[in-house]
Amino acid sequence: MTQLALVIDLNVCVGCHACVTSCKEWNTSGQAGPLTDFNPYGADPTGTFFNRVQTFEVGEFPNTETVHFPKSCLHCEEPPCVPVCPTGASYKRKEDGIVLVDYDKCIGCKYCSWACPYGAREIDEQQKVMKKCTLCVDRIYDQSLPEIDRKPACVKACPTSARLFGDVHDPDSEVSKAIRESGGYQLMPEWGTQPANHYLPRRKTQLRIFDDELVRADNPLKIEGRLPKPAKSEPSLDDVTSW
Amino acid sequence: MPDTTAPIREVKKTTCYMCACRCGIRVHLEDGRVRYIDGNPEHPLNQGVICAKGSSGIMKQYSPARLTKPLLRKPGAERGAGAFEPISWEQAFSILSERLAKIRASDPKKFALFTGRDQMQALTGLFARQFGTPNYAAHGGFCSVNMAAGMIYTIGGSFWEFGGPDLDRAKLFVMIGTAEDHHSNPMKIALSKFKRNGGRFVSINPVRTGYSAIADEWVPIRPGTDGALLLAIIHEIIAQGLYDRDFLVRYTNAGQLVNLDEKSDEFGMFLRTEVPEEEGCFDPQNKLWWDRAANKPVVTHTEGCDPYLLGEFKLSDGTPVKPSFQLLQERVKDYTPEWAEGLTGIPAATIRRLAQEMGVTARDQKIELPIAWTDSWGKDHDTVTGNPVAFHAMRGLAAHSNGFHTIRALAILMSLLGTIDRPGGFRHKAPFPRPIPPCAKTPNTPLAVKPNSPLDGMALGWPAEPDDLFVDEAGKPVRIDKAFSWEYPLSVHGLMHNVITNAWRGDPYHIDTLLIFMANMAWNSTMNTAEVRKMLNDKDEQGEYRIPFIAVCDAFQSEMTAFADLVLPDTTYLERHDVMSMLDRPISEFDGPVDSVRIPVLPPTGECKPFQEVLIELGTRLKLPAFTTKEGVRKYRDYPDFIVNYETEPGSGIGFLAGWRGRGGEKFMRGEPNPRQWEMYSQNDCVYHHELPKSYQYMRNWNQGYLDWSQRSRITRYAEPILIHLYSEVLQKFRLAAQGKGITRKPPEHLKRRIETYFDPLPFYFDPLEVQATDTRQYPLAAVTQRPMAMYHSWDSQNAWLRQIHAHNYLFVNARTARLAGIDDGDWIRVESQWGKVRCMARHSEAVEPGTVWTWNAIGKAAGAWNLTPDANESRLGFLLNHVISEELPEGGRRISNSDPITGQAAWYDVRVRISKVSPGETAETSPQFAPLKPYPGQEERKSLWSFVAGRRP
Repeated sequence: MTQLALVIDLNVCVGCHACVTSCKEWNTSGQAGPLTDFNPYGADPTGTFFNRVQTFEVGEFPNTETVHFPKSCLHCEEPPCVPVCPTGASYKRKEDGIVLVDYDKCIGCKYCSWACPYGAREIDEQQKVMKKCTLCVDRIYDQSLPEIDRKPACVKACPTSARLFGDVHDPDSEVSKAIRESGGYQLMPEWGTQPANHYLPRRKTQLRIFDDELVRADNPLKIEGRLPKPAKSEPSLDDVTSW
Repeated sequence: MPDTTAPIREVKKTTCYMCACRCGIRVHLEDGRVRYIDGNPEHPLNQGVICAKGSSGIMKQYSPARLTKPLLRKPGAERGAGAFEPISWEQAFSILSERLAKIRASDPKKFALFTGRDQMQALTGLFARQFGTPNYAAHGGFCSVNMAAGMIYTIGGSFWEFGGPDLDRAKLFVMIGTAEDHHSNPMKIALSKFKRNGGRFVSINPVRTGYSAIADEWVPIRPGTDGALLLAIIHEIIAQGLYDRDFLVRYTNAGQLVNLDEKSDEFGMFLRTEVPEEEGCFDPQNKLWWDRAANKPVVTHTEGCDPYLLGEFKLSDGTPVKPSFQLLQERVKDYTPEWAEGLTGIPAATIRRLAQEMGVTARDQKIELPIAWTDSWGKDHDTVTGNPVAFHAMRGLAAHSNGFHTIRALAILMSLLGTIDRPGGFRHKAPFPRPIPPCAKTPNTPLAVKPNSPLDGMALGWPAEPDDLFVDEAGKPVRIDKAFSWEYPLSVHGLMHNVITNAWRGDPYHIDTLLIFMANMAWNSTMNTAEVRKMLNDKDEQGEYRIPFIAVCDAFQSEMTAFADLVLPDTTYLERHDVMSMLDRPISEFDGPVDSVRIPVLPPTGECKPFQEVLIELGTRLKLPAFTTKEGVRKYRDYPDFIVNYETEPGSGIGFLAGWRGRGGEKFMRGEPNPRQWEMYSQNDCVYHHELPKSYQYMRNWNQGYLDWSQRSRITRYAEPILIHLYSEVLQKFRLAAQGKGITRKPPEHLKRRIETYFDPLPFYFDPLEVQATDTRQYPLAAVTQRPMAMYHSWDSQNAWLRQIHAHNYLFVNARTARLAGIDDGDWIRVESQWGKVRCMARHSEAVEPGTVWTWNAIGKAAGAWNLTPDANESRLGFLLNHVISEELPEGGRRISNSDPITGQAAWYDVRVRISKVSPGETAETSPQFAPLKPYPGQEERKSLWSFVAGRRP
């Protein structure tokens, strides 16, 4: 059974928000749109986004990590938002595991957003329906698009290619490999939601310099005759020993 | 019957301009409205990706901040009030052309043209030169000119458009003083690949955000001390013998002998075998080495000879000489890691380790590419060698008054490691490398400014010696910004940050008309914002404005437009033709020249007109020779026609675009005008990319094949080797003049010491000038700014989506520093420098070094500007740090620009501040505040709720 998902590589995400606005742009005019903005030019502007990047600091100076953390619907395999929906508007597709909202059935009761432990759903105060990431379901199967473009807008946009997209149930897929080989993890697995989206952790490359690498035969200072040498007149064992 | 309700869908390709990066984009239209903008996968720059700004271009296009009609200030209305009445373009053109014609006929320098964007200088510069005014520049002087000048005067190239780190092959990448996003998508693409390939990424920055967040190691540093760090690293590299000797000998002036006879006029200059008239702007190969085998001086690069890099020698006539590398070693002798620790806040052990990581990686992880090439001295090489240590740096180094020497130190470090134009190191992008310094020169006399005549020379150039300065006989500046004067001799990008102050004060003289394009000089692009706003509106004793006429061209209702007498509504990038020209700052790749175009995907909104069209129309009306025939007849129908047919000289075959030249589009770089050139760009993703043969892609400073190709293609005049200037004779020439030596011009008395001090042929560390003039016990904290990635190099507070990411800013303070000052997270605080103060909110942070506070720049807006509501977060909660930064510093009873004394680079990041909690009763609002602007005629009403759907009007 296919389970489409995003795998987000925190090792290379620089927090640029490309995923945030490309998502908004595609989806506001797409099947899941519009993504309404309130006070777009006034005080406290706020609007619907399917994807946001949170930036936070971990640790104390100078041992600080600044983490950029993109977050959208995780398309859980056991989505708590689905059973709580009184109208069946919130559902998980069998064929690809995408969790969607049927706006025609949604009554805007927000049970699903309360049930979601990840805060991934946003009510559209204008349309009074719950909205969220669709994995660009209106792109990924669109045969009129060239194959290279049949991807979620955020994946296409991401300048650091931190967002991988594919079937996490297919062990040979790029996303499964990344999860396996780069320590992919799920958010809050203790909730039993089995999020389909995964995150790849930061990895650090260190360089070790050995002392003997600093003293090499081809040291150019030798050519200049400048390798440190003691003066001949300095005391030596020759001055005090006899055999 | 056809379905008439089906939306009409089109995809058009053009080039983005949401920032200065210039990625290829595809604009998807639905019923003529923008539906989706994505990256063009065929474009070499962004390879299909797009950033947050690029995707938000749609909200720029439909922003209610857009200006749509030419506007004239209402009679009696004050500048700054933003009270305008709409006029026709014909009226606008006649007002401007009448005024400018008078100026041109009397004193062309009374017209000043300054532009925010520096990527259309080929046309704006041509217009200014044709007009005859020396008073022209783009924003480089207040942005990052130190980066351009410091590196170009050292290695003949620089970062960003001119060159960059080769992260495909680097093993160690050191990013120092780079803000969030300079440049944008290409850096992100490369950085991510680099990390995934297991490269090690070290970020040296007072703040850990953006790129630094994913660094393997963050090295916090105190602002303005980067020079100390780099010099200490150089100290360590030399002390350990970790420099690439072979590279230094052959490709730099390390082995060249310097005359140390203090009595000589040639003191500190290289010895020459003969002293011919040194024509042209290249280094003649007539310097000397001290050969190790023969133990005597020989001409450099003599076959079979190998020079001493260290030591001291005497010529047969008794002249004491040393190789310049010896002088460098002496210079850095006392710049130990322990010394640098005290200045930078970086532990000496860390500095030592960084130096060793660089040196050992460069030496032991060498790359050999099987690419044969021939060097300038005729020696064939079977391979290209790379020492895989790459650097990137930008404004964090540049925007200090000691930035030029800091950046020279960086370029020297990169050279010591043998990484210039080599795989895994720094690589040039065409048209670089260029001679050191490049050939273009300004005139050197006020006589070059003549009524009704083009300027006799360029308005901006690259001085090689004191005689190149643009000053009068008394040594006084010719330019309004005092660029190329003794105050800032190498100010190769001008000093836009002093134009308004100087023009207001009439020092060096008063001007009549100031034309500003796309620069917010009444807000975030100026230092000392509140005072500069007063200057713009100030009148003399007769009641006349001190700056008599101000015209502003912009697409949006910026704060600056409010101060204009005449506002010209520019188009957006989606509505215009444009070129990223080889005559300017093209988008070249490491592997060869690339230029590109914009082609309109939408018709202009309202009465908007591209600034390019405005210039061509004005140039034609003023009968400037480039735009009209001898008989005064219009040469070019419009901008696209100009681009196709303009040649730098009649028959030169060099025009704005390098691709598809020749009558049938069969030539490139040079060729006759091709009437179908636009069409050919359009069919080729709006981009022309000439990939050089592999043997021309590296070592280009000294690659004879490349240099010959570059000369034949008329990229350069000379095909001479461009030796790296570890030791800068250019600087020494100015110093000698200050010491009264030689036959060149001499600086005025009051500037002699300044020139002598700062024009040091080797880099040295000094506290930034403002720090020297500050009681640092009173003002202990460095205050710096950066732009967030989602708004880098953009104007997008008017953008409905981007402003939801950053609607207001905080002052970030190290949590410990804040607590010591009794400041809690989110508290309202006062930030004071010796120049001014602001009120704002504080945010605790562990990602900033304790002696630094910082904020996002240009998020704060004046109330009502950009057609935001007066109560918008940007004006109520957002703030500018500019209010605490001065554009001038006192110097010996005079005032001098708050800039690098060599290049005139605005020293934004030198300011020192103190912070305190505001008293309990104070208003929870940022200060200073300004009277709210009202929307101008022709601006669309702003929506309070917007469900944007393309294809139909919501």
